[in-house]
Amino acid sequence: MINFAIPTSVDEAVGLLARANGSGRVLAGGTDLLVQLRAGRVSPGIIVDIKRIPDLKAVRHEAGGLRVGAAVSGAELAEHAEVQKHWPGVLEAARLIGSTQVQGRASLGGNLCNASPAADSVPALIAAGVTCTIAGPDGRREVAVEDVVTGPGKTSLAAGEFVVDFLLPARGARTSDAYQRFIPRTEMDIAVVGAAVCLALDANGTVSAARVALGAVAPTVRLVPAAGAALVGTKLEDAALARLAAAASAACDPINDKRGTIEFRTRVAGVLARRVAVLAYDRARSKA
Amino acid sequence: MGNEENQYKVIGTRPIRPDGVDKVTGRAAFGADFSLPGTIVGRVLRSPHAHARIKSIDAKLALALPGVRAMVTGADFPELPDEITAGGEAPVNFRDVSHNVMARAKALYEGHAVAAVAATTAAIAEQALALIKVEYEVLPHVIDVRDAAADGAPVLHETMFTSGVEPAPKKPSNVAGRTEMGLGNVEEGFAAADVTVEREYTTQAVHQGYIEPHACVASVTTDGQATVWSTSQGQFMVREFCSRLLGMDRAAIRVVPSEIGGGFGGKTTVYLEPLAIALAKKSGKPVKMVMTRDEVFRATGPTSGASMKVKLGAKRDGTLTAGDMTLYYQAGAFAGGPAMLGCMTGFAPYALTNARAVGYDVVSNRPKAAAYRAPGAPMAAFAVESAMDELAQKLGMDPIELRLKNAAKKGTRAIYGVKFPEIGFVETLEAAKKHPHYSAPLGPNQARGVASGFWFNIGGQSSAAVHVNEDGTAEVVTGNPDIGGSRASMAMMAAEVLGIEYSKVKPTVGDTGQIGYSFLTGGSRVTFATGKAVCEAAQATVNELRARAAKLWECPIEDVEWKDGAAHPVGGQTDTRTVLSLAELAESAAKTGGPISGAVGINAAGAGAGFGTQICDVEIDPETGKVTVLRYTVVQDVGRAIHPAYVEGQLQGGAVQGIGWALNEEYVYDGNGRLDNPGFLDYRMPVASDLPMIDTVMIEVPNPGHPFGVRGVGETPIVPPLAAVANAVSRAAKVRLADLPISPPRLLAALDGK
Repeated sequence: MINFAIPTSVDEAVGLLARANGSGRVLAGGTDLLVQLRAGRVSPGIIVDIKRIPDLKAVRHEAGGLRVGAAVSGAELAEHAEVQKHWPGVLEAARLIGSTQVQGRASLGGNLCNASPAADSVPALIAAGVTCTIAGPDGRREVAVEDVVTGPGKTSLAAGEFVVDFLLPARGARTSDAYQRFIPRTEMDIAVVGAAVCLALDANGTVSAARVALGAVAPTVRLVPAAGAALVGTKLEDAALARLAAAASAACDPINDKRGTIEFRTRVAGVLARRVAVLAYDRARSKA
Repeated sequence: MGNEENQYKVIGTRPIRPDGVDKVTGRAAFGADFSLPGTIVGRVLRSPHAHARIKSIDAKLALALPGVRAMVTGADFPELPDEITAGGEAPVNFRDVSHNVMARAKALYEGHAVAAVAATTAAIAEQALALIKVEYEVLPHVIDVRDAAADGAPVLHETMFTSGVEPAPKKPSNVAGRTEMGLGNVEEGFAAADVTVEREYTTQAVHQGYIEPHACVASVTTDGQATVWSTSQGQFMVREFCSRLLGMDRAAIRVVPSEIGGGFGGKTTVYLEPLAIALAKKSGKPVKMVMTRDEVFRATGPTSGASMKVKLGAKRDGTLTAGDMTLYYQAGAFAGGPAMLGCMTGFAPYALTNARAVGYDVVSNRPKAAAYRAPGAPMAAFAVESAMDELAQKLGMDPIELRLKNAAKKGTRAIYGVKFPEIGFVETLEAAKKHPHYSAPLGPNQARGVASGFWFNIGGQSSAAVHVNEDGTAEVVTGNPDIGGSRASMAMMAAEVLGIEYSKVKPTVGDTGQIGYSFLTGGSRVTFATGKAVCEAAQATVNELRARAAKLWECPIEDVEWKDGAAHPVGGQTDTRTVLSLAELAESAAKTGGPISGAVGINAAGAGAGFGTQICDVEIDPETGKVTVLRYTVVQDVGRAIHPAYVEGQLQGGAVQGIGWALNEEYVYDGNGRLDNPGFLDYRMPVASDLPMIDTVMIEVPNPGHPFGVRGVGETPIVPPLAAVANAVSRAAKVRLADLPISPPRLLAALDGK
């Protein structure tokens, strides 16, 4: 038998999860959890539905940027003009999670905590320097998104902890981002390779800061500092893009599986990083 | 009934299908939608091993579980003789069907049914499966067709000695049979050639991919009368298969067809129905069984993967001098893959005087192959049409011109012996050549491919009944599940013959107790054969209506003619003989002899062969190997399109399935012979956004064998696309892609290797 609870506050949810002694599962949109339940891969003692907690569904401004509740769905996120304007890469990644129907439910929090190396929104969140708030029995802590997932299906969250919200850091002029994934089809697929790039330009159009993150090419989504460094101080000249592609490919540690080969993933990671960098650069430049 | 344009009132129009509203509103009842009071749930225990001896099955704990009502294993099904029974599209070995629905001594593929239980809930049934102890002796397995055919491969059936070779082999093997056919002298033909091409090709097994999983409910009374509600391509097929597998009379089994959510050939056999009847009999309860998608992939028939070699020879001017092909087709775990159909169809579009085709039917540890849209033809056509493209490139000829130069026409003898009657292949090539698509400009990394294809189409046995209702409307009852809009076509043909409006005709798909025997929905036969039966039943009804008018007018029936839905006196109206509409005759039926109907049972001969030509534009991404289909045109001789929109739908659907076959669909097995992609996420069929709108051109060269000129249209369109896509990609990549699917890693590797 599975218990089902609908808490209305973060504290209540923490209490329910803490009392479950590790047998609790958090439900937001449920687009991963329900599939795992049906496949018999998980058998939780209690399912805690967090999307009736008001903060978890809120999007609001604060000093440092935009605070997005962990249970906000892709479709809801897309309705915010602010997100469309300043975080186009985060939004386009979030919008790739599942079909139109799934978009009505799937959330950033779920996509992160499912801990798939191929999660679409995670490379974009990491490239954008997003942090998240984790609530638990010992209170709240703020961590970088890249520190949450530790391996396929595994996170650094302790028993009783769950992700409450994300902080998309405020962006000035000439900063933008982009995300693309490679799939053999056009939709209804899981990333064979995903690449996110976030760039800040100076007044001359030279890259002043760059973050590059890759999905589906290692046990976790990877932030690739060498790939970002390849772009800083350049205007994405061919040589810079070649260094970026080489650094991206070099950072790959993929597996052979039904979705792609090691060789293919490694190579396409470079191709995709290059294409996405150009896209982010054009966006940043037009945001002057 | 002639064939001039605009001669018909109903034929060739595009009315809304009778089943349309229910289907778009979700009201239509499919296989899993039916239930009876007291229904319990049946589930199947499946082998986790690709090849294993079943040493024992201990079900004590399962049967002791509260809520478990019955269990069956192979021991519950009679042993049938190992013999081939003639079927419609392909012969059937019912012993193999029986062993496929429930394993006996060995499990032959991962997913092979080993036992089935029925319990009060699905959860209890699942729990019971987990409690059944099966002791397996795991055996070495073989998945690939060439590996399976090689010496020293693990042998699936100790009783399998290759048929069709002299002298008969002394040693069992996985090669079930060899078939050879030919025309003229191939060696002389190649000696006369100026140019030859020769290459090996492979295709992967692909699933029909119907959205609706197999499902049924069976109920058996205490006096042994069974009723089965199920989704299939033939209620009479289900009845026959269950009758043979369970040793029951046909009359003891009534099969009620549900709506069908796709079949494409995959529902021309049974998986669950015999188990459900056996469980219902044992438990005394109605038993419902519904497969999961996982089960559909692991245990139901895909079509064969193939390993092929084709050689073509031609004169400098493009005239073919010889063709030779060797086909190895996967049969799955039991004999009966469509290798022979590949041999028959591959060269059929071309007038070859020297040709040879050799086919091998090879078993391996995969689910038994089932029919899939033109079974066996797309693979052979992929090889032959790729070779034609390579030949055109070598000759510096336009690929349509090369085909026109060699196209089969009326009177051409096919490799399997027949001389073609009226066919429209040349017309499809001419239309493709003239189509704006063929001369549209192409950009960088883009190219155009062309391929043609052939399918026989079949006729066969069909029943039809037409009943005139009291108010002048009419019923049409037939015995074929409506898988592609056939109810609309049946109603249209009846309306045309009766001379009444389409909306006044109600088509019904009868169960096995409501209409006479009809062979299954397959072989592109229903609009042709069952349609012909409907025309004849409607004509018999018209004759009866004329007889009733003659009675009222006190004149011989010859003095009554039927036009525009009414009886007219020959020579014009008089005071006592005024025109009588169908409605008036229906109203007075009680006075003239009772209800008015016409019923026929026919064995329709004269199915017209279907030829098609397709044009495909692609763009390749040289950095990722991804192929995008930019534009696609299907040209086909359809005989006569009764309902053009549904014919166009068939042409588009066939092309789309073929595009999936060419680009991404494949079965991925792990080292233990277990399927790694049993779902639509990783078994990658095309989604709508992957495709351009598929353009269609319907050529109408009427089939003289049907009152309105109908040819089957459902299967031919899946024959050309494998090569149409591969030819386009090969031209864009400037390297020949001879192995399907042309997935991004494979194309990237080919680009690297060129």
